Amino acid sequence: MKYSYYPGCSLKGQGRAYEESLLPVMRHLGIELEELPDWNCCGATAYMAVDEGKACVAASRNLAIAEKAGLQQVLAPCSACYLVLNKTQHLIHDYPHIKSTVDRAMASVNLKYSTDIPVRHPLDVLISDVGMDAIKQKVTHPLKGLKVAPYYGCQIVRPYATFDDQFNPTSMDRILEALGATVVQFPLKTKCCGGSLTGTLPEAGLRLSYIILKEAIKRGADVIATVCPLCLFNLDSFHGKIAAKWESTRIPTVYFSQLMGLAFGMTAKQMGLQRGLVPMKPLASAPACCAARTAAAAS
Amino acid sequence: MEMTRTIKYEADRVKGFGEEVMSVPGCEELKDCIQCGTCSGVCPLSIYMDFTPRQVMEMTRFDFKNEVLGSKTIWLCASCYACTVECPRQIKITDIMYELKQRAIKEKVYPRGLPTPVLAQEFTKMVHDYGRVNEILLATKMYMKTNPFAAMGMAPLGLGMIKTGRFSMIQEKIRGRADLARMLETVDEGK
Ligand code: SF4
Ligand code: SF4
Ligand code: SF4
Ligand code: SF4
Repeated sequence: MKYSYYPGCSLKGQGRAYEESLLPVMRHLGIELEELPDWNCCGATAYMAVDEGKACVAASRNLAIAEKAGLQQVLAPCSACYLVLNKTQHLIHDYPHIKSTVDRAMASVNLKYSTDIPVRHPLDVLISDVGMDAIKQKVTHPLKGLKVAPYYGCQIVRPYATFDDQFNPTSMDRILEALGATVVQFPLKTKCCGGSLTGTLPEAGLRLSYIILKEAIKRGADVIATVCPLCLFNLDSFHGKIAAKWESTRIPTVYFSQLMGLAFGMTAKQMGLQRGLVPMKPLASAPACCAARTAAAAS
Repeated sequence: MEMTRTIKYEADRVKGFGEEVMSVPGCEELKDCIQCGTCSGVCPLSIYMDFTPRQVMEMTRFDFKNEVLGSKTIWLCASCYACTVECPRQIKITDIMYELKQRAIKEKVYPRGLPTPVLAQEFTKMVHDYGRVNEILLATKMYMKTNPFAAMGMAPLGLGMIKTGRFSMIQEKIRGRADLARMLETVDEGK
């Protein structure tokens, strides 16, 4: 099956390592992704705070474009995009006034929104469509000895738990285990990282990131794996400020897709690992050239 | 010595506000709130709020319009949905917070000097004009409007973004800008 890939602004901007790692990994697993033509920003949490009707109109333009192109599934890797697109469908479905607002906007530019195209997160596609066996088969460089804290963040399981448990999701845990990594017990896996509050109200926002980093270290993790560009940004970017305010919690954070690529024998450079501010240590199992490159990227 | 009354009188309320909010689709369940405080307990930000989520629910229901729309609480809500999934009465607390944010922006009564509502409005402008958001340009705009000094504190992070190749000042634009703008305008026309 072909999936329509909705990158969202972040994966083309500061979160580009997510795209750089996810696309080759999905291709390697036989998943065909086609970028949604002329997609627009989903509006994130910000648009909903200003005007719900407009937020739904902006988000649904993407779904209408996918529908027009005859695409059956949309893949949204950013947690906020994933939630906003899903939420928009729920609102159109449940509330007639939203439906008529969206219909009116669509009619003004000859678009149509008629079906609820499934909007899915890569974790969902990996566990449900690709399957654990197919993932295991591709592992050539198991992540032996790497202790990973799986961090899901809030918005992929809340409020609509579709493919995983709302309180204790395990899809990423299972994938990481299939890669040969050791998954540490991480009770804060769905606790909020602070979202954009790390920038707008750092007094409050940074503390939430700090709590997650501290817990991952306490649990003995070498690295935190995320599924969202904003989560990664928050956990990776404020080590200096956090150390100045509380204590040093320098632990690297990476995208789960970067770890998948490494286990499939792709290099650290190909996976965009040099884009992290806190570098991940080279893996013992990595090919010699790759270990050298990771070390170079880290220095 | 100036004395201020810390208890609200009935006369301070804006009659009808609660009914109005509870008539919005998605906010109806607010009438079922049992004031159990679960939302405040699970909210990761309640310790910074001027009123906890439980208090905001009660104050909304009982017409304390000026207090809730002028509160910092609604702008501290990170939309993490922890409260919504835990509420024993299935109240969509996060969505009620969104409803209150929209009203505070429409009536321009959000607390001045708070960057969150400024960021939200700049964000919508960028989407309307270009169809895409550049996080760096957006953050710069927000800091310039609220706290230029804070922008300087962000300089090391900016350097880090440049070093790791994640920094871009180019504003991406979609081809269908005019269409998107047209679509958004139909929403105002329909109001
Ligand atoms: S979530 Fe953020 S980055 Fe992703 S499309 Fe929406 S606004 Fe843009
Ligand atoms: S975990 Fe952080 S970035 Fe991810 S959805 Fe929650 S607040 Fe947003
Ligand atoms: S959790 Fe629900 S019922 Fe309990 S106080 Fe909060 S809104 Fe009311
Ligand atoms: S959605 Fe908002 S109010 Fe509810 S728990 Fe999260 S931050 Fe608190």
